[in-house]
Amino acid sequence: MSGQSGMVEKRGAGLWLTHAGLIVGVLFIFFPIWLAFVASTVTQPEIARPPMPLLPGDQFFENYRKALLSGVNAPVATMLLNSLVMAMGIAVGKIVISILSAFAIVYFKFPGRKAFFWLIFLTLMLPVEVRIVPTYEVAAGFGMLNSYSGLIFPLIASATATFLFRQFFMTVPDELAEAARVDGARPMRFFRDILIPMSRTNIAALFVILFIYGWNQYLWPLLITTDPSMNTIVMGIKQMFPSGDDIADWPVIMATSILAMLPPILVVVSMQKLFIRGLVESEK
Amino acid sequence: MEKRVTFKGWFLPLLLVLPQAIVSAVFFFYPAGQAVWQSMFIPDPFGLKSQFVGLGNFEYLLGNSYYRASFVTTAIFSTLVTVVSMGVALYLALLADRLIKGSGTYRTLLIWPYAVAPAIAGVLWLFMFNTRVGVVAWYLGVLGYDWNHVLNGTEAMGLVVVASSWGRISYNFLFFLAGLQAIPKSVIEAAAIDGAHFWTRFRTIVWPLLSPTTFFLLVVNIVYAFFETFGVIHTITAGGPQQATTILVYKVFSDGFVGQDLGSSAAQSVILLIVVSALTIVQFKFVERRVHY
Repeated sequence: MSGQSGMVEKRGAGLWLTHAGLIVGVLFIFFPIWLAFVASTVTQPEIARPPMPLLPGDQFFENYRKALLSGVNAPVATMLLNSLVMAMGIAVGKIVISILSAFAIVYFKFPGRKAFFWLIFLTLMLPVEVRIVPTYEVAAGFGMLNSYSGLIFPLIASATATFLFRQFFMTVPDELAEAARVDGARPMRFFRDILIPMSRTNIAALFVILFIYGWNQYLWPLLITTDPSMNTIVMGIKQMFPSGDDIADWPVIMATSILAMLPPILVVVSMQKLFIRGLVESEK
Repeated sequence: MEKRVTFKGWFLPLLLVLPQAIVSAVFFFYPAGQAVWQSMFIPDPFGLKSQFVGLGNFEYLLGNSYYRASFVTTAIFSTLVTVVSMGVALYLALLADRLIKGSGTYRTLLIWPYAVAPAIAGVLWLFMFNTRVGVVAWYLGVLGYDWNHVLNGTEAMGLVVVASSWGRISYNFLFFLAGLQAIPKSVIEAAAIDGAHFWTRFRTIVWPLLSPTTFFLLVVNIVYAFFETFGVIHTITAGGPQQATTILVYKVFSDGFVGQDLGSSAAQSVILLIVVSALTIVQFKFVERRVHY
């Protein structure tokens, strides 16, 4: 194998240059996060008098304790909880309503099936960014401001997830449904005992992608939560900056930033295979 | 494509699609309809009555120099984000693809910034370039360069472009590496035996075979730059200075929520709607069919 690839594979100096190029790339990617981490372990005066140190200080526990328990407007622990509820709600909600409609579309012939399929397709063209004001008005009309349902429901229609499940169901052998029908199994029984177990990997891969999507939402929580105790962590960070000329509490803000990116990063790194699968599948 | 075997009945399937139908109707189609409707009215300052103006809001927008400037800003911003994030990603993917061992390790090291929200990326880059405490801004000062993205529009644009591209490199790298690894090594080796150097091989073999991936990423990244970078703009510049970084999505937000100019904001939403629809159609028509150049 190595002898065969030797033709285009660089050796010696070339190989080292390849590694060097990649390492520069990795460092470029890492540097902002390293700085944020360092800033979250030093004191405010150390940052206020530039240049700040480039190696971690000894204030790690102090800053993270302060962020988690008191924060600036609301304790970061509360915002983490809000983000968790929102991300789980969106991921689970999207998967449930999508798998149900995909099952209906693939395994039944019912009036309005085509029309329904096209309506789902059209939601692709309506990201929240283009219907900001009217969607806000609808949510406000339902009394959903500053609530979990307001954070979750307006975002859970999902064309991508529906298409993904539809495509997967199409590859499931017809014999399985045939056998279920001959055995007199009700459709929902077939769905629960055969389709769901077969879809496990797809569900997991999709969950990884949707969890990150939900966790990283910014604009929608910014509109829908005015009460600091309902802020999600990703949108709450901006609210931690003082509005006037006061200097920001950088150590606490940076500790919060690290806490905000940790859960989705852990999900990506620990479930890398599922993540890549989900990414590639959902973009097909 | 249709299933040969289906179950009978129409009540159950309707019940199954109901949740998705309700959510789509209430939170997607009704608001989108409202946006179209509102775009044809100008509410009075007290919000009591609206005056029908037909396409008046659109005429006003297209004649408005700020709105036209926002279009240009969006075009520059999206082009730069797309080129920078795809360029760096392709370069890294080409390097990683040359390795027999270790490309997996680099992949792990490079993909996780995908998980960092654009708004957080904005805060990280703002921290580095903050005019008061930013480390990079400080060292630039030592080198004799006075960095101030709060006052300088070009520097502000540069900063939001880099912050928006940074996390996006992971995503593009992943797809480029997969695309490169799908190219049969034998083809490239054959060219190498014929004496084609790296650059010639890249230009005549790799680049054409990579074109479906490149085109797909092009569309996806434009959509990203248009719509998902709101968090970066909002955290770093809030559209400033002097609207130098006010992209279209940011303008819909600031006119609608901050400026309370509902008619204009709705008209802007409708224009964006047309942009997304066009991009979605392009994506499905061409990307689905896999443009083998």
